[in-house]
Amino acid sequence: MSLTVTDLRVSYQTLRGEVRALDGVSFTVADGEILGLAGESGCGKTTLGKSLIRLDGRMRHAGGTVELDGRELPIGDDRAMNAFRFREVSLVPQYSMSALNPTRRIGRMVAELLRSRGETLDRAKLETRLGQVGLPREVLDRYPIELSGGMKQRVVMVVSTLLDPSLLIADEITSALDVSTQQAVARALAGFRDAGHVRSMVFITHDLALTARIADTIMVMYAGMLAEKAPAKTMVEQPRHPYTRMLVDALPEVGARHAGRRLTGIAGSPPALLDPPPGCRFRERCPLADDGCAERPPVTEVAPGHHVACWKV
Amino acid sequence: MRRYFGRKLLVYALTFVVAVTVNWMIPRFMPGDPVAGMVARAGVSQPAAAEAMRAYYTNLFGLDRPLWQQYASFWGTLLRGDFGISIWLFPTPVSTVILRAVPYTLALMVPAVLLSWVAGNRLGAFAARRRLLDNTVLPLGYVLTATPYMWLAVILAWGLGVVAGWFPVAGGYSFSLQPSLTAGFLLDLLHHWVLPFLSLFLVALGGWAIGMRNMIIYELESDYASYLAALGAPARLIRRYAFRNALLPQITGLALQLGVLVAGALVTEIVFSYPGLGSLILKAIQNQDFFLLQGTFMFIVIGVLVANFVIDLVYVVVDPRTRAGMAGARG
Ligand SMILES: Nc1ncnc2c1ncn2[C@@H]1O[C@H](COP(=O)(O)OP(=O)(O)OP(=O)(O)O)[C@@H](O)[C@H]1O
Ligand code: SF4
Ligand SMILES: [Mg+2]
Repeated sequence: MSLTVTDLRVSYQTLRGEVRALDGVSFTVADGEILGLAGESGCGKTTLGKSLIRLDGRMRHAGGTVELDGRELPIGDDRAMNAFRFREVSLVPQYSMSALNPTRRIGRMVAELLRSRGETLDRAKLETRLGQVGLPREVLDRYPIELSGGMKQRVVMVVSTLLDPSLLIADEITSALDVSTQQAVARALAGFRDAGHVRSMVFITHDLALTARIADTIMVMYAGMLAEKAPAKTMVEQPRHPYTRMLVDALPEVGARHAGRRLTGIAGSPPALLDPPPGCRFRERCPLADDGCAERPPVTEVAPGHHVACWKV
Repeated sequence: MRRYFGRKLLVYALTFVVAVTVNWMIPRFMPGDPVAGMVARAGVSQPAAAEAMRAYYTNLFGLDRPLWQQYASFWGTLLRGDFGISIWLFPTPVSTVILRAVPYTLALMVPAVLLSWVAGNRLGAFAARRRLLDNTVLPLGYVLTATPYMWLAVILAWGLGVVAGWFPVAGGYSFSLQPSLTAGFLLDLLHHWVLPFLSLFLVALGGWAIGMRNMIIYELESDYASYLAALGAPARLIRRYAFRNALLPQITGLALQLGVLVAGALVTEIVFSYPGLGSLILKAIQNQDFFLLQGTFMFIVIGVLVANFVIDLVYVVVDPRTRAGMAGARG
């Protein structure tokens, strides 16, 4: 087992109280697996991704554990977590376009970053990796402003995976790109996994169709909780949770010409996470809801590797 | 690159032309007759002598010729470095008077501006890191920047000069001494320099410190800082990047503030009767010495333009983004 997350709870401290952005999420990611993480905006995808590598100042680890390769990650302890960052867990952030220091040549920045972590730069390896994503080695002598958005994205992918981390978190890395570049980036990421540069991956996106292409498993979240997790094919062909079914129905032909389709078109909106209602959080919008749904549905395994949180399956 | 500097130089040249023109216009289009004023103040009683003097000054200004000729010859003499003869210190050439005053102004301005910039940036960067320091630096900085030069200078002169008696409050050196290259005279110079320097330094310091503190805090919240932190980079590296990037707007700030700083230096000189360009301006006005006034203004304009150009050069060296922008302009 590469990654095991158990009952993870993370909240944001705000002036109005605690926003419970992750409210008891459990799942596993196996060695070599790409987990696609999907769900509506605000369901907690970024929060989950950040929880695995670095909580920002307003986030609080409220409970649960994260285990990577048998060792528990001290996610609530910023200092202790440093030992794992970059080497064991790494990140391609949502903001890759602006993730590089604008006033340093890229090669120099990478060298300084590695030195600060007590690693030496293997220039040949770096150049090979750049070649694998179609970048000439000259980019190392350039400033970030001299690269296109897609190039910066690929540079960040290469930098983040330079120490061959066990787990890579890729957050919305395709959202800012056009459709053909999206697929190239997604393929490059899968290529990194195939080449063993990263062991497993959490691939966060709005785009269920794109996820279905590169992920082995898809996990759909709803309002800070897991709704359904299943192998990619199963998720697209036989979704069980009412929410996932609506998502997939809104997506005419997965994998065909509608690849760019986003998750839209379900009436209503998810509940506020500041003081969430008890019971199933999808109740307000669910066509199958009844009185039994006033209690929180447990996550059950309906088939091997297929988990659903709903009373009606 | 060449185009970028070409454009910059053009702007500077235009500024210079406008400044020269305004400078030329002032005595000519000012209400009152400067020549009559000067003749009257000279107190010449004989009409013939007064007439001779009037003819001399009129000729000096070239007031009897058509305006365009006056304007052209103004440029001609200017380009030859000839600013005319001072009336106040007749018959010393204005250029000589100015060159005597320039070292004092430079000795005051250059260290005050550079040291306050460097120290302010360091202080601001420290403040951005330590809450305790932040809570003292910030209010103090605001007080310092909000204080008019005049005030701080007067308070310092009173406190450290009159009450404590540590420093002389007026002049560039003691009247009892003759300028010479002896240790005694140099020490005396330094002694007189401290108070005006300190007042300039302190007022500028607060502004730089506040600017730096805010910029660093902004930089530390930027995306590249988050990315480095997510990859476990130590705070030292992130702060180093933030400091360097925060310096860039501070360099721009230096260029923008230069005029204000020069004005501050002039006022300070007047408060401390420091024998630099500021005092010269005061004397020129008091004595209606138009040549001296014109010459001093010209000199200050040239100085500010040169300093701005130097800052432009520095900026190009330190910020790759301007260089990238230039490449874009070329292609
Ligand atoms: N800094 C914050 N302070 C308070 N609440 C926050 C903060 N950041 C996020 N949240 C809340 O936490 C919840 C989850 O946010 P998160 O950013 O993880 O969503 P997401 O699934 O990544 O959305 P998107 O698809 O838009 O990126 C949201 O309800 C949001 O309102
Ligand atoms: S538990 Fe009830 S409300 Fe929730 S998804 Fe299932 S049927 Fe709908
Ligand atoms: Mg997000």
